[in-house]
Amino acid sequence: MSNPVLEIKNLHVWYRTYGGYSRVLDGVNLHVHKGEKVGLVGEAGCGKTTTMRSVLRILPEGQAHIPEGQILYHGNDILKMKPRELQQVRTRGISMIFQEPAAALNPVFTVGTQMFDVIKYSGLSKEESRKDNIKRLAIQAIKEVYIPDPERILNCYPNQLSGGMKQRICIAMAIVTPRELLIADEPGTSLDVTIQDQVHRLLRGLVEKKGMSLIMITHSLGVARELTDRIYVMYAGNIVEVARTSDLFANPLHPYTLGLLSSVPKLTGGGVAEGIYGRIPDYLRPPGGCRFHPRCPRAVRRCREEKPLLKDLGGHQVACFQV
Amino acid sequence: MNAPIMTINNLKMYFPVQKSKGKPVYVKAVDGVDLTIHKGEIMGLVGESGSGKSTLAYTVMGMYKPTGGQIIFQGRDISMSSDKRPLSLKKDLQIVFQDPGSSLNPSHNIRQILELPLRVHKIVKREEMERKIAQILQMVELSPNYMYKSPASMGGGERQMVSIARALATDPTFIILDEPTSALDVSIQAKIINMLLKLQQEKQLTYLFITHDLSLMRNIATRVAIMYLGKICEMADTVEFFRNPLHPYTRMLLSSIPVVSEEEEALKPEKVISTGEIPSPVNVPPGCSFHLRCPEKTELCFREDPVMLEVSPGHLVRCHAYQKTAGVHVA
Repeated sequence: MSNPVLEIKNLHVWYRTYGGYSRVLDGVNLHVHKGEKVGLVGEAGCGKTTTMRSVLRILPEGQAHIPEGQILYHGNDILKMKPRELQQVRTRGISMIFQEPAAALNPVFTVGTQMFDVIKYSGLSKEESRKDNIKRLAIQAIKEVYIPDPERILNCYPNQLSGGMKQRICIAMAIVTPRELLIADEPGTSLDVTIQDQVHRLLRGLVEKKGMSLIMITHSLGVARELTDRIYVMYAGNIVEVARTSDLFANPLHPYTLGLLSSVPKLTGGGVAEGIYGRIPDYLRPPGGCRFHPRCPRAVRRCREEKPLLKDLGGHQVACFQV
Repeated sequence: MNAPIMTINNLKMYFPVQKSKGKPVYVKAVDGVDLTIHKGEIMGLVGESGSGKSTLAYTVMGMYKPTGGQIIFQGRDISMSSDKRPLSLKKDLQIVFQDPGSSLNPSHNIRQILELPLRVHKIVKREEMERKIAQILQMVELSPNYMYKSPASMGGGERQMVSIARALATDPTFIILDEPTSALDVSIQAKIINMLLKLQQEKQLTYLFITHDLSLMRNIATRVAIMYLGKICEMADTVEFFRNPLHPYTRMLLSSIPVVSEEEEALKPEKVISTGEIPSPVNVPPGCSFHLRCPEKTELCFREDPVMLEVSPGHLVRCHAYQKTAGVHVA
């Protein structure tokens, strides 16, 4: 297989708080190949967004601290890049769609102004960055996300658009100039299920058409199942299971994945499962050994003392001593 | 089936928003809802945001005075606003809100939060307060140590447990659950749902469960109603509802749900490509309010609003496609 577009190696991210360092990410490994659609699944507070924000280096400055780890974009470490190189990655390499479209768009500028800026700073040649060309690109992008009447939309302020439309605009901004990798942070979560379905279909279609890679952050296993080729399951700052999507759902291995899957209410009925005992740990004093052990029904002594690493079982990796 | 505990007749709740040419313009948040809820039932009310499901709940609770229609609860008309309702009635009717972060007073501790309903309804004497609160906390499986914690120091799941405890404090017969778990993770949702089901069994409660999650309703509701733009468009017993969804909107909703297994995939109706968005309730389209998004619309749908029709016992649908053929499903 070709070299990965993005490779995260042993990433640790800590947040400085009043009570000390909050050790959120604890050695995350992840990679994405060209044209691949990868899902990053986990519950609220497990570090999904922190991982992806560190890729673009948009973590809150002064609070976040990265003691260890590498984020390689085509082999170059993003964490060591100079501002100019970083800007190139941000404007030409990787784009991101955020969870809350209302917060991602600036309310005091029109959609057009914001889109034109994205295009202007994406390193076009002088010829290409003429005003009419920029407008042409913007209109084309809005058409690609199936919004009718793009000319009018360009003159709208974000508050004049519905939630679904705003999220489409965010997608349009992310794809308006060619990018290699798209990071989507729960793009459908704040939307209704029918609109979410529209946004997801749109996203998948665009990614496939343009041959981009996609990292889809979501808390919903169902969404990941419909959209991705490969899934990383994350718990408390660790990747606990990695598998091809079909393998993961056919044969989930990690106790956390199993718990999560059984907690999802099913259309087939049959009641609601017990859920997972306890809650996500306090990152100021994370449990030793496997971070899942206080909640794990299968924990033994070794789980408390030693941190399990990802074991490869024929393409299906899992970090658990009991598997 | 048990006797009805609550009957809602042609309930309307309009909000004036602005004036156009001297005439006020209304948002028709709830526009003619008929609903009967039986004792001991879990009625699932499902709809997208803006469909009016929360307004319906708040109107039933008396937070708004309805524009029209009638709410009958335990044989008494309660279509007045909350301040005119008898106290004994309020005790029997409680609500749990969606976001426990904003529905619990952050400057009060759990004891103060749970004490209020007990004091208002004079349920226990002052000396017994502490014991009673501990007992209420026990019902939602929280230890008495929580009494002096503040809501901010608790996780989202625990906070929601406190909201549920507060609703239970007055020993109600009917609880409205307004998306109690949609702000929570699935593993915590599962715990809360199980607890709600257990309490319902133990205390013979009736729930009106408002949600946008159809898969959840499949597992816990006895009946399901779908709401769209202030009106109910389909209602049936849960099993029948999921086996034979009739309204095009219901089928669109069902086919949009992301699921986690092949068996579930097989249960979804044939893919109805979801198009368009819920229109603004200020400008409700004429005719059937769903016709803009409907894949099966006919010319009739533009002109005439369909009426509710019972296609089989207990299965009601409001769609022109079933008016002519009454009872036979033609897809």
